[in-house]
Amino acid sequence: MNVNVEEKLFQNRYRVDHGRPHISIIDAAVCATECRTQQCTQVCPANCYKAEGNGNITLITDGCLECGTCRIICDDFRNVNWEYPRGGYGILFKFG
Amino acid sequence: MEKFDAIVVGAGPSGNAAAYTLAKAGLSVIQIERGEYPGSKNVQGAILYSDALEKIIPEFRDEAPLERHIIEQRMWVLDDDSYIGTQYRSDAFNKAPYNRYTILRAQFDKWFSGKVSQAGALVICETTATDLIMDGSRVVGVRTDRENGDLFADVVILADGVNSLLAKKAGFHPELKPADVALAVKEILFLPQETVESRFNVKEGEGVVIEMLGKITKGMMGTGFLYTNNESVTIGVGCMLSDFKKERISPYLLLEQMKAHPAIKPLIEGGEMKEYTAHLIPEGGLKAMPQICGDGWMIVGDAGMFVNAVHREGSNLAMTTGRLAAETVIGLKQAGKEMKAPNLAAYRGKLDDSFVMKDLAKYKDMPGIFHANPQFFTTYPELVNQAAHTMLTVDGVDKKTKEREIVRSFTRSRSLFGLAGDAFKMWRAMR
Repeated sequence: MNVNVEEKLFQNRYRVDHGRPHISIIDAAVCATECRTQQCTQVCPANCYKAEGNGNITLITDGCLECGTCRIICDDFRNVNWEYPRGGYGILFKFG
Repeated sequence: MEKFDAIVVGAGPSGNAAAYTLAKAGLSVIQIERGEYPGSKNVQGAILYSDALEKIIPEFRDEAPLERHIIEQRMWVLDDDSYIGTQYRSDAFNKAPYNRYTILRAQFDKWFSGKVSQAGALVICETTATDLIMDGSRVVGVRTDRENGDLFADVVILADGVNSLLAKKAGFHPELKPADVALAVKEILFLPQETVESRFNVKEGEGVVIEMLGKITKGMMGTGFLYTNNESVTIGVGCMLSDFKKERISPYLLLEQMKAHPAIKPLIEGGEMKEYTAHLIPEGGLKAMPQICGDGWMIVGDAGMFVNAVHREGSNLAMTTGRLAAETVIGLKQAGKEMKAPNLAAYRGKLDDSFVMKDLAKYKDMPGIFHANPQFFTTYPELVNQAAHTMLTVDGVDKKTKEREIVRSFTRSRSLFGLAGDAFKMWRAMR
């Protein structure tokens, strides 16, 4: 089964804080060379982390649901810097 | 610089319960919330248990936005294309005052926050708390992302949810472990009210919940659910993050496959998806609970791991911990005592006397047992479905032979020793 999560995220309401992502990868080299499993690319429920094929991971936080999964699941390397978006920005749930 | 009696961080059920209780007793309270409005960052299934809210706002039924009161509870154990289950429906659940309701958290939290403002608390939205302000080892305030946004108070109540960043930054508790949280994803699917009612065999205002276990979680420790709202249904699935990490399965794929299950698909057919959400649920239980108070601070709700995963209860524990934390502060204030750790420890005593700690103590071994025994989520759902299939297929084979075949299927999979051991483990964990 193929699932396009972008279609799901399209239904959500966001106020994106352009140029100020609230999550960042601390050291890209750790993802590329040390992390074999790269579970963030599979388990992030908004598919914010993408495996580039050359070992690198790119992170785009625009669709982030602010759950915290990526931070906690990276317990082998603690390579995710995770803050809440600035007040009023990020996901804005209509129903919750 | 103005100093408040209390700062409450977060406007979910625990924060609102705390802020409301404090403000109603006449204390000066400021509550900060990072969302555009209270509820806009909050996610839940969602079932509201009346009792916890009734103890805070007795007349809530007259004004709160509630969806349906629950008259029927189904429990399904699923195999790939079947399920076996129980259901309990009673007209007693149709007599007011109702015991539980489905709610939509964005609307419900907004209402609850309105009550907090009416009670006299200052509620500030679109403001993210970034750090606790310390004086030595004592919390004296909260730094926010607003300009000149430092706030000071005698006590800070941390109701900032499962991620609980403030307490972590201050070193009050370590990062959550993947084995102590479940990741749940869900969708809300809109259907005409009559369709909801005819599909679930209910009348206006009446609702059904279905809790599910088995093949839908692909061997991971977790459950699924389907709840009826007025003009929508909510469908979701959640599993332990440690299992997601190991299996590397995408949660949205799990949800899509669950929606395609032959027992579930007809119930949601034609539903228009209007929101997709994800949330972590702190399910580590009593053994994973952090320190819950110290000099000038207290933790309530999800931030303190106050969730009864076995019974799918969380918001009622949140509201109760929020209320009890507030009552502790009010008591100290009236007695003229300082908000220091030894005095605030009365909060722990109140929790111990309530259902919160009693239930968490009762099930303290449950998370460990489920982690160590995945057969409860894999082998048994399969076996009971196969057993039902064998007994209910009329094919000329006599019933005695069928019974023997079923017993053999159980002992083959788990051995007599394993079966007895599993029964003992469950008994010990549940008693």
